[in-house]
Amino acid sequence: MIVDLQRFIAEERPKWERLDVVLRGLAGDPWRRLTLAEVRELELLYQRTSADLARLAALAAESDTRRYLESLVGRAHAEIHGGQSRRLRLQPWKWFTHTLPQTFRRRIRAFWFAGALTMAGVMFGGLAIAFDPAAKAVIMPFPHLQKSPAERVAEEEGAKRDRLSGHKASFSGQLMTHNTRVTLLAMALGLSWGVGTLVLMFYNGVILGAVAVDYVLGGQTVFLLGWLLPHGAVEIPAILVGGQAGFVLAGALLGRGENRRLAGRLRAVSPDVVTLCFGAGLMLVWAGFVEAFMSQYHEPVLPYAVKIAFGLVELAALGWIASCAGRGAATRKEAER
Amino acid sequence: MIDRERLQTVQVRTPEGVMFAYRIASPALRLTALTIDLGAVSVAWSVLAVPVALLRIVSPDFAGWVAVVGYFVLSLGYDMASEWQWRGQTLGKRILCLRVVDARGLRLSFSQIALRNLLRFIDRLPLLYLVGGVAALVNRHGQRLGDLAAGTLVIWEPPEPAPDFRAWQAGKYNSLRAHAPVVARLRQATGPAEARAAWQALQRRDELEPAARVRLFAALAGHFRTLTPIPPEAAEGVSDEQFVRNVVEVLYLSRSST
Repeated sequence: MIVDLQRFIAEERPKWERLDVVLRGLAGDPWRRLTLAEVRELELLYQRTSADLARLAALAAESDTRRYLESLVGRAHAEIHGGQSRRLRLQPWKWFTHTLPQTFRRRIRAFWFAGALTMAGVMFGGLAIAFDPAAKAVIMPFPHLQKSPAERVAEEEGAKRDRLSGHKASFSGQLMTHNTRVTLLAMALGLSWGVGTLVLMFYNGVILGAVAVDYVLGGQTVFLLGWLLPHGAVEIPAILVGGQAGFVLAGALLGRGENRRLAGRLRAVSPDVVTLCFGAGLMLVWAGFVEAFMSQYHEPVLPYAVKIAFGLVELAALGWIASCAGRGAATRKEAER
Repeated sequence: MIDRERLQTVQVRTPEGVMFAYRIASPALRLTALTIDLGAVSVAWSVLAVPVALLRIVSPDFAGWVAVVGYFVLSLGYDMASEWQWRGQTLGKRILCLRVVDARGLRLSFSQIALRNLLRFIDRLPLLYLVGGVAALVNRHGQRLGDLAAGTLVIWEPPEPAPDFRAWQAGKYNSLRAHAPVVARLRQATGPAEARAAWQALQRRDELEPAARVRLFAALAGHFRTLTPIPPEAAEGVSDEQFVRNVVEVLYLSRSST
């Protein structure tokens, strides 16, 4: 049987055009929410157009009409069956105090794993410097770290002028962007089944351990804490959060103990991975400012006690946000369920 | 041919049991769109560079911060913001009729858009999107790593004009209309595939070489003539192509008028 296309199209075309108008309206405004009447109309038009497509597919229809209807049905299907994401609203405070800490806690095992790898790197780097000081040039390929800690401290404390004067802000910008790139790379390398993330976490730990042991053995522990704590208290956890996101991704790829398919596993973790990445980015913005405006200033300009206390306060605040923030809301939600 | 078709499309079945197909964008189209987007970011940045340069007069340090962070945010956020705002399209994709869609046909979520763009960090490695390019070439749906992780596809979605048959052969004399039994017999004897082939031949007539066109319509007209005897007055002075046109018209368009 062959459908009478002329009559069929003449009858149905106004509905297709109306559906097209509704879909274009929705496409033009990602925040728009439909009224009940509009939702009903959209569903009706979608059902009708789907039926038309099914009818054309069963009959001998020419391909242009079928493609036109497929395009309409595809767009309408996305609107009707993908309604959850439309609820997304920018609520930065709620995201920071609820979504981010809850996500962090939900994926805490990946964070501990990133932390353990970094600690392994710290021990390796520390031991390497302790037993073979000549390894410094290989482990820490940064010119300002090549001199002895005592020399550097004397130089920093005896500086007559502010060497960052006039470019503190741009320096902080460079720190932010560089650290964010490294952190996002740590996350993205999760797609190498976690191998790349693992290497990056360990390598970061090696450098950190080597620097720490070098300064501790050089008798400059207070300088080290005053230098690293103000920004490191946020920067190092931020990189670990990037690693955490990478390992969450890797865990979905490996799918150990899961009976879902790969696409389903990846889809399930993607909101958490994105939340962790944005969280790490936010932390690195803060760390960038602190490193440029505070960490680079030492005694007598800024007492070490103040810097260390600032770092400890940051650590405590971070620890509180990570462990306590949004917990009440999560419990209430559970109870409501 | 069938395999090639399968490689280029992804079929989605809706809960209502209706199938529709996405046409996968070719790597060449995606590369062109990417180039346009890189150009768009450069142009946007050169426009923003003017106020940054003015800011430099007031505070060179702060202007330096705005330049460093601004370019980073623009280059990272451009794709995310435009794909969210334009339903899976950036400027380059819009120009080339490409769109990012959910692989199941659902609406894109923000986390999907963000993840596929954040994972450009690995797709770009070691340089010039080598990892992502190889992944897209190897994957049967043309997905780079970011698309695989986010569950997205980049499809080619050329504008589909609403079908309109009102102008098709409007007002032209159809010699078959005067012979209702012939029309009825043609309708009864013609299968959907034959009717579709004739329709497609007419749709694509301008793409054919003149000699090939003559041969094709001669073959089609010959076939339709074998289905039922055609009165001489209905076929007299009618070319093969016009005859096929008349047949298609009575098959598809004008049941009520016959």
